[in-house]
Amino acid sequence: MKPAPFDYTRPRDWSAALAALAAGARPTAGGQSLGPMLNLRLAMPETIADLRHLPGFGVIDQQRDCVRIGAGTTHARIEDGAVPGQVGAILARIARNIAYRAVRNRGTLGGSLSHADPAADWVTVLPAFPGHAIALGPEGERRIPLGCFVTGVFAVALQETELLQAVELPMLPEGTRFGHWKFCRKPGEFSKASACVLALPGSAPRAVLAALDQRPLVIDDAAALLAAPEAEAARIVEGLRLADPWREALARVALRNAAQEAA
Amino acid sequence: MTVSGKGVGASLRRKEDRRFLQGRGRYVGDIRPAGVLEVAFLRSPVAHARLRGVQKPAQGLVFTAADLLEIGPIRANSALPGFRASDQPALARDKLRHVGEPIAACLAESRAAAEDLAAACLPDYEELPAVSDMLAALAPDAPLIHEHWSENAFLETKREDEVADLDAIAAAKVRRRLRTARQSMAPIEGRGVIAEWDPRLEQLIVTSSTQMPHVTKSGIAECLGLDEGQVRVISPDVGGGFGYKGILLAEELVCAALAIRLGRPVRWLEDRLEQLTANANCREHFYDVTAWADAEGRLLACEVEAVVDAGAYSAYPFSACLEAAQIGSIFPGPYTLPRFRFRTVSACTNKPPILPYRGVARTGVCFAMETTLDALARQLGIDAAAIRAINLVPPEAMPYRNLVGKVFDSGDYPEALRRAVAAIDVAALRARQAAGETVGLGLAVFCEQGAHGTSVYHGWGIPFVPGFEQAQARFTPDGVLELRVGLHSHGQGLETTLAQVAHEVLGVDPARVRLVHGDTALTPYSTGTWGSRAMVMAGGAVAEACRQLGERALTIGAALLQAPREACVLRDGAIVQGEAKVTLDEVARTWYRRPQNLPREVDKGGLEVTAGYRPDPDTGTHSYAAHAVVARVDRETGAVVLEQYVIVEDGGTLVNPMIVDGQVLGGTAQGIGTALYEEMPFDAQGQPLAGTLADYLLPGASEVPDITIEHMVTPSPWTRFGQKGIGESGAIGPPAAIVNAINDALARFGAEVTDLPATPARVLAALAKVGAA
Ligand SMILES: Cc1cc2nc3c(=O)[nH]c(=O)nc-3n(C[C@H](O)[C@H](O)[C@H](O)COP(=O)(O)OP(=O)(O)OC[C@H]3O[C@@H](n4cnc5c(N)ncnc54)[C@H](O)[C@@H]3O)c2cc1C
Repeated sequence: MKPAPFDYTRPRDWSAALAALAAGARPTAGGQSLGPMLNLRLAMPETIADLRHLPGFGVIDQQRDCVRIGAGTTHARIEDGAVPGQVGAILARIARNIAYRAVRNRGTLGGSLSHADPAADWVTVLPAFPGHAIALGPEGERRIPLGCFVTGVFAVALQETELLQAVELPMLPEGTRFGHWKFCRKPGEFSKASACVLALPGSAPRAVLAALDQRPLVIDDAAALLAAPEAEAARIVEGLRLADPWREALARVALRNAAQEAA
Repeated sequence: MTVSGKGVGASLRRKEDRRFLQGRGRYVGDIRPAGVLEVAFLRSPVAHARLRGVQKPAQGLVFTAADLLEIGPIRANSALPGFRASDQPALARDKLRHVGEPIAACLAESRAAAEDLAAACLPDYEELPAVSDMLAALAPDAPLIHEHWSENAFLETKREDEVADLDAIAAAKVRRRLRTARQSMAPIEGRGVIAEWDPRLEQLIVTSSTQMPHVTKSGIAECLGLDEGQVRVISPDVGGGFGYKGILLAEELVCAALAIRLGRPVRWLEDRLEQLTANANCREHFYDVTAWADAEGRLLACEVEAVVDAGAYSAYPFSACLEAAQIGSIFPGPYTLPRFRFRTVSACTNKPPILPYRGVARTGVCFAMETTLDALARQLGIDAAAIRAINLVPPEAMPYRNLVGKVFDSGDYPEALRRAVAAIDVAALRARQAAGETVGLGLAVFCEQGAHGTSVYHGWGIPFVPGFEQAQARFTPDGVLELRVGLHSHGQGLETTLAQVAHEVLGVDPARVRLVHGDTALTPYSTGTWGSRAMVMAGGAVAEACRQLGERALTIGAALLQAPREACVLRDGAIVQGEAKVTLDEVARTWYRRPQNLPREVDKGGLEVTAGYRPDPDTGTHSYAAHAVVARVDRETGAVVLEQYVIVEDGGTLVNPMIVDGQVLGGTAQGIGTALYEEMPFDAQGQPLAGTLADYLLPGASEVPDITIEHMVTPSPWTRFGQKGIGESGAIGPPAAIVNAINDALARFGAEVTDLPATPARVLAALAKVGAA
C-alpha cells in the first residue's frame, strides 16, 4: 500500500497551478481521498500538484448577498463556524458529521466536491443551493450552477484543464427552511442514503437524493415532496428502480425525513 | 489479598501503561536495523489457478519458490482420524489457492520500491473455477483444491445418538439454519517480521509480532532445517493478537531464508490490505440445528450439522479443524443436554486459512445454541430466562461432567442468569413492546473453557500440545525480582498481574518486579498466549517458582538472623523471626556479593528457580457469563441500537479486577463487531470484497454502548489462586445475546434474523420475508 513513484510540485500562484495541470499534474488538496487512491495504486499520476499554498485557496469571503468559500476550506473550519450566517450554520451541521475530526482537519470542501463520490456529504448538500462552483481555467473563471456540477459517479463538470477555485453560496433570507438526513452505520462509513431539502421563501424548494451509487438526483421543484413527504418520496424512489431493496428503503426514508424536516 | 493491597485481587494500575500511553511501546515497525531490505510480496490476484511461472523484472531482487528451495512446506496435521493433510508452500509452487497467497518476495531499500518491483512481476497462471462457498465446496462435482483429496474437506467428525423417536415425544421441535460471517481479525498492529543472521552466533534472529515466540521458533527451525538453537525469536511489544498472531507465517519463513541467503536484515510489515484480504481469516460457520424439548422447555436432544470454512490450508500450529472439531465438544454449552447427535466438517475453500479468533468456536456455537433456545421458547410460549434456567447445570452438580465428557469445575450458572435478568427492567420493556415499540431483550449464557492442557490437546494431535508451563524467578544482586515467562503479554497486562502474583508469594513490591517475556533466548519454552491460559498457567508457574525461591531465601535469611530455619518465616518481603528481620534485598546481596556469610546448607542453585506448573486435573477452568441486552430495531432502516448491555461474569478469583474488566469490555466490543458489523464477503470468483476499513466495518467508540459488568467469584478448585481463564469471554456472548434481542423485537411480526452480522440489510430482509417491511 505504497504509491507508485510520483513527482511533487507546490504551485505558488494560480497560473502556475493551471500550468502544472496542463502538463498533466493531478491536483490535491487535503489528500483524504487521493491519498488512499495513491496507496492502493488506483491513481498513478506522474506529478501531484499540491494546491494548499495557493493564494485565497482556503479563504472565506463574505460579500453583500453571498459568501465565497475557497475550495481549500477544510471541513473542520466549516464545522467550527467559519462560514457566517444561516448558510454557515447549515454547513457546520453537515461538516460535523463528515467522518471524524482527523479527516475533517485535512479534507476540503473543494476536494470533496471535485472527487464527487456519490455518497459524499457536500455532493448531497451543495446541489440544493442556488449557488455556483467557480472553476478557473486557461480561459479564466467559469461559473457552474451547483445543481449541475456533479455529472456522474466520480465525474464533475470541470474540464481537465480547470481547477475548482471556490464555491459561492447565497446568504439565506429569513424563513429559509432546511432538512437533511443521512444513513451510515458508523462515523466515517460513507453514507448508504442521504437527502436534503432547501426551501427559500418565494422560490421552489429544491431537493437532492444521493448516495445511490449513481449521480445524485436533483429535484428542482420539490413542492410536491414537501406537501406529501411520505407518498412523494415513495413515488420518486420507485422511479429510480434501485436493485437493492434495503437501499431502496433507505432512500425513501432519507428523502421523506429531509422533506419532513424542511416542511 | 496481602495487607499491602498489591497482591492477588488488587486493581493495581498497569505497570506497562506508562510506556504505552506515552507512545513509547516498541513494535516491529519501530525497529529498523541498519542495512535492512524491505520486502513486498507479489500475491495471487486470483483465488484458484495453476501457476506456470513468474516473469521477473529485468532488475531487482525477486525470489520465487524455485529460488528458495531450502524452505520446506508448512505442515499442520491433526492426529484426528480421517484428517486430510496438505502442505502449504511458503511461496506458491504449482497452484494458487487463495487471493493474496504469496508468490514472490521482492526486496528493495524501501517498501515503496519493493512494491514497484512486485508490480513489475508478471505471474503466468491459468485460472481454475474457484470454490468460494463452504457448502458448495462439499458438492460432489466441486473443483478440488488439493487434487489428491477425494473431497474439499480437511476432516469430518460425528456422534450418532438416536433421535428418531423424539418427534413422537417432544412438546416442541425447532430447526434453524444459521451462519456466522467470515471475519478478518483486525488488531491495530498488523503482522511484521524482521529477520537477521548473526554470523558470530551463527544464529537467525527473527523479530516478529507474534503471540507465541517459542512455537514460531520451532516452526522456523523445522521448515528451514535448522537446529532450534540456531533460531531466536523475539516478539517485542505486540499491538493486539486475538489469535491473528497465533500462526507460523509463510512470510516469517521467507524473510528468515532471505536473511540467511543475503546476509542482510530483511523486514516485512503487513499493511492493512494484506491483513484484510491476504492473511488469515476467522469465524465462518454454518449450522443446521434441530432441537427437541418437553413442555417445560427441558432439552431432550440437539442434532447439529455444522460446517466451518477452514480456507485453503491447515494453519500452523492449530490446524484447519480446531474450530469444527471443537463444535462437537462445546455445543452443549452450560446446559445439561441428555442426547446429542452431530456431524461437523472442516471445509476447504479458496480463501485464506482460518485461525482461532478470540472466543474460537464458542462464539459461533453460543450463537447457534442460544438462538435455538429462544426459538424453542417462542414455540412453547415460555420465557427466554425460564428455558435457560431449567436447562443450566445446577451449582450442586459441580464439578459436572457433561455427555461429551467436558468437566465444569465450579460455579452457579443459574445465579448469573438471574442477576443479569434482574439488572433489566423487563416489565418496562414488555410495556414498550405492548405499545408497539420494536425493542427486545436478548439473553445468552455460556461457559468458557480456558487453560485446558495436555489431556485435552493431545487428543487433537496438533503440532503443539501444551504441557507444564514454566516460569523462572530470580533475584538480581540488588533484590529486584526478575520473572521470565515464555508466553507473551500483548494487552493482557501480564507485566502487572504476574508481578502481583510474585508479590502475593514473596512480598516484593510489584514496582520491583520485572517481567521478561517475548524472547526465546531469555525465557523458558512455552506454547504461548492463547486459549485464556496465561493467568492460570503462567500465574501458577510464577507462584511456584516464587515459592521455591522463597524457601531458598528463607535458609539464607535464617542464617543471617542466626536463628533456626523453622523459627523463621517469609513475610512482607523479609525473613522474620520475632522482632528481627532480614530483607530479601539483603538476602540477595549476601548470595551474590557476600557469599562468605552464606550458611553451609545453602541451596547451591542460588536465587534462581525455574518451576513448572499445570493444574490437576488439567481439563481447564470454566469461567461463565450471562449477557443481557436490550436492543431497539428501526423497522424502516433495519438499524439496531443497543440500549443496555449487562454482563454477569464469573472468572473465579480475579487477580486484577480492573484488568479483567478491560478484557471483558474489549472482548465484548469485538463480539459486537461479530454481531453487527464485521464481514468479509467473497464473490463467486473468490475475490474478497472489503479491501479497506471503510468497507470492513469495525465497531468504534460510538458503536459500543456502556457495558455494565457484575462479577461473581467462585474460585476454581483446581488452580493456584482459584483464578479461571477469562480472556476470551467477552467475545463469545454478544452475537447470541444481540441477535436474540433483535429477534425478540421482531417476534410480533414472526420475523427472525439467522445470519451474522445482523446488518440493517439483513434485519430488513427478515422483515420483508414475512411481509412486515
Ligand atoms: C476515513 C475517511 C472517512 C471519510 N468519511 C467521509 C464522510 O463521511 N463523508 C464525506 O463526505 N467524505 C468523507 N471522506 C472524504 C473526505 O471528506 C475528503 O476530504 C474528500 O473526499 C476529499 O477532499 P480532499 O481535500 O481530501 O481532496 P483530495 O483527496 O486531495 O482530492 C480528491 C480529488 O479531488 C481532486 N481535487 C482536489 N481539489 C481540487 C480542486 N480544487 N480542483 C479540482 N480538483 C481537485 C483531486 O485531484 C482528487 O481527484 C472520508 C475520508 C476518509 C479518509
